[in-house]
Amino acid sequence: MSTILTLPDQATARLPKVSYLNKEYGLKSWLLTGDHKRIAMLYLISITFFFFIGAAMAALIRMELLTPPSDLLAADTYNKVFTAHGIIMVFFFLVPSVPATIGNFCIPIMVGAKDLAFPKINLLSWYLYIAAGIMMICVLTFGGVDTGWTFTTPLSTHYLNTNVVSAGLAVFLAGFSSIFTGLNFIVTIHRMRAPGMTWFRLPLFVWSHYAASLLMILGTPVLAITLVLVVLERTIGIGVFDPTKGGDPLLFQHLFWFYSHPAVYIMILPGMGVISEVISTFSRKRVFGYTAVAFSSVAIAVFGFFVWAHHMFVMGISNYSALVFSLLTMLVAVPSAIKIFNWSATLYKGSITFETPMLYAFGFLGLFTIGGLTGVFLGSLGMDIHLTETYFIVAHFHFVMVGGMLMAYLSGVHFWWPKMTGRMYPEGISKLAAVITFVGFVLTFFPQFILGYLGMPRRYAAYPPEFQVLNVFSSAGASVLGVGYLLPLLYLTWSLKYGKIAGPNPWQATGLEWQIQSPPLTENFAETPIVTHEAYDYEWLESRKGSEVPTVG
Amino acid sequence: MDSHTLAAQTAETGHIEHGADHPPFLRHHFENVPQQREAATFGMWLFLLTEIMFFGGLFCSYLIFRNWYYPAFVAGSHTLHIWAGTLNTTLLIVSSFTMAMGVHAAETRMRKALMGWIIATLILGCGFLCVKAYEWHDEWVEHHVPGLNFSPEGFLHGTKDYPDDKLPLDMAEKTQVYFSLYFAMTGMHALHMVIGVSLLTILLIQVYGGKYVNGHVAPIENFGLYWHFVDIVWIFLFPLLYLISRHQ
Repeated sequence: MSTILTLPDQATARLPKVSYLNKEYGLKSWLLTGDHKRIAMLYLISITFFFFIGAAMAALIRMELLTPPSDLLAADTYNKVFTAHGIIMVFFFLVPSVPATIGNFCIPIMVGAKDLAFPKINLLSWYLYIAAGIMMICVLTFGGVDTGWTFTTPLSTHYLNTNVVSAGLAVFLAGFSSIFTGLNFIVTIHRMRAPGMTWFRLPLFVWSHYAASLLMILGTPVLAITLVLVVLERTIGIGVFDPTKGGDPLLFQHLFWFYSHPAVYIMILPGMGVISEVISTFSRKRVFGYTAVAFSSVAIAVFGFFVWAHHMFVMGISNYSALVFSLLTMLVAVPSAIKIFNWSATLYKGSITFETPMLYAFGFLGLFTIGGLTGVFLGSLGMDIHLTETYFIVAHFHFVMVGGMLMAYLSGVHFWWPKMTGRMYPEGISKLAAVITFVGFVLTFFPQFILGYLGMPRRYAAYPPEFQVLNVFSSAGASVLGVGYLLPLLYLTWSLKYGKIAGPNPWQATGLEWQIQSPPLTENFAETPIVTHEAYDYEWLESRKGSEVPTVG
Repeated sequence: MDSHTLAAQTAETGHIEHGADHPPFLRHHFENVPQQREAATFGMWLFLLTEIMFFGGLFCSYLIFRNWYYPAFVAGSHTLHIWAGTLNTTLLIVSSFTMAMGVHAAETRMRKALMGWIIATLILGCGFLCVKAYEWHDEWVEHHVPGLNFSPEGFLHGTKDYPDDKLPLDMAEKTQVYFSLYFAMTGMHALHMVIGVSLLTILLIQVYGGKYVNGHVAPIENFGLYWHFVDIVWIFLFPLLYLISRHQ
C-alpha cells in the first residue's frame, strides 16, 4: 500500500566527497567534457540565458500592447521583436529545454548506463547550439529579422531586407543540435539499458523522451532542407517556392509544418515525461495505466506527423485534405487525453503531498488541458476559419507551451535539483513562485482567448481601443509572470551555496537516479545496477530501505 | 567487490577495470566491444534515416513539380549530358565496390589492402566531382542556372537532338523549377560527396598511422554505410533527372 512521504533527516546528510561536479576543476574540464551530466549543466545555463532574452522580448511586446496605438515600438520594430521572441523561445528554449538538460542528465542514469552512447556527439550538440545561439544574437544585434518564426515565403524570400539568411542558418544549426540529442537518446535507450531493465520497466520519462527523439530525428531534417531552399531562393534565386518562376509558396508551408507541427510534440512530450515522474512520486503510487501512458507517447509521435496541414486551413488547400487533416487533428487529442486521465487516476486515493514540483505539475494538468481542448476547437474547420490568425491561436499555443511545457520544465528542474546539485531549493519561497507563476500565467493568457474570439488579429503593433481593457489585464499578468520566473533564478542560484544538503533520495522516489549519491559520480554507478523491480514500485523501495543502508559517496 | 571499494577505486582511476576483455579502443561507458560496435552502427543507421528525410523534402518537391510541369521537366532533362550521368553512375557504383572491399580489408586486418581500397575510393569520388563540376559549368554556359543567368530561350524552338521540345513561353519558364531542383538535389548530393571525401582522407591518414586494423573496424564500417547511402541517393537522382522520356 501507499505510504506517507516523510523527508529523510537532512541534518545528517553529507555531500559526497567525489562527484561529477568536483572530480575535475577548471574551464577546460567543462568545455571539453564528455560527461552527460556536465553537458546537461552547460545546456541548463545556456537555455536559461536564452529564456531570459526571449522573455525580455515578450516584455517589450506586452509593453507595446498596453496602449492601442503603436507608440513604444514602431510597427517594423514590433515585427522584429515578436519574431525574435518566437525564434528564441521555440528553437533555443522549448525544443532543447527538458531533453537537453533534464533528459541529458537523467536518461543514462534512468536506464542504468554510465553515459549516453555518444558522449562526443552530445558535446558537439551543445557546441552547435551555442554556435546557433551566437549567430542568432548577431542577427538581433545587426538589425534583427521580421519574418515571424515561421519564415513564411514569399515574405521571407522576396519582400524583406532583414537578416533572414543568417537567422535561417542559425535555426538550421540549432536543428542539428536537436537531431544529435535525439539520436543519442534513441541509441542509448536501445543499447545501453542495464541488465533487467526491460522496456516496460523504464520510467515513463524515458518513454516520452524516446517518442520525442523519434520526432526529432525524423522531422528536423525536413526543416533543415526547407531552410536550405529558402536560403538558396533568397541568395541565388532558385524557384522552388517562387510563383513567378513556377514554384509554389504552399509547398513551403507543407514542408515547414511537416517539421513544425511535430516540433510542438518534441516540445511537450518530454514535459509529459516529467509530469509522470512527479505525479507518481508525490502521490506515492505507480502511474495508473503505465502501458497506456507509455504507448500514448508513441501514439502522439506517430499521429503528430499526420496533422500538419491544420496550420493551412485558410491557405487554399483542398476541402478534402482539410477534412482529413481536421479529423486526424482531433484524433491526436486522444492520446493526450489518455495521459491526463491516467495522471488524474494516479492521484485518486494516492497519498498526495504538495511539494513545489507537484504544484507545478498541478499547474500543468489544468493549463495543458485548457490548451489541448482549445486545440480541438482550432482543429475543427468552421471554428478555425473564425479564429485563425487571432489572439485565440496565441493563447492556445501559450497555454500548451508555457502553461504546459514551461510548468513541466520548472517542475522537473525543482524535482531533480537536489540530484543535480546535491542541495535542496528553499521550499517556502519556491511554493510561492509556483503559485505566482500560475496566477500570472492565467492573468496573461486567459484574456487573450477572449481577445481572439472577439477578433483581435495577432502580429500587429496597434489595435482598436475597445480591446484595451483585456490587453491591460494581459500585460499586468505578464509582469506577475515575470516575477514568477525571476524568483527561481534567484533562489536556485542561492541554493547552490546555502541550500540544505539533500542526500541521495530526498523525495523517496523509486527511479534508479535516486538510488545513487547526489550529485552523482562521473560514472553514475559504482557498479552496474541489476534491475529486478518495475518502475514506480514503492514497496520495493520500502523493502530496500529496510534491508540495506544507502551508500553516500 | 563491494560497492565501497569500487567507488573508491573509481574515484582514483576514473574508470573501472574490466580486466582482459578491455581493448584500448573500448570506451569507458560501454560494457564490452559488441555493445560499442552495435551502438555505433545503430547510431549510423539512425543518422542515415535523418538523411533520407533530408533528401525526402527534395524528392517530394520533385514529385509534385514533375506532375505539374511534365513537358518542362522533359525538355530540361534532355539538355543534360547522358554520357556524363552514366559515367558518374558507373564511377559511384565502382566506388561503392571499392569501399565494400575496404571494409572487408579492415575486418581481415590487412592494412596495405585497406589503404589501397580507400585510395581507389577517393580517386573515384574525386572523379565524380570533376565530372559534376564540368556539367555545372556547361549548364552555366547554356544559361540554365535559375536566378543567376537563366534564359528560357533554348526551350522555345526545340533542339537538334529533340526537335519536339518546343515549349510555349510560360511552360519554358517552368524549366526554372526543373533546374532549381536539379541544382538543389545534385548540389546537396555533391556536398555529401565532398564531406565523404574529406572524412575518407582523414580515415586514410589514420589507417596509415595503424588504426582500424586491430579489430576496431566500426569507423570504417560506418563510413562505408555513409558512402553507400550517398551512392544510393545518386542511383535515384540519375533516372529522375537524366532519364525523363529519353526515347522521344
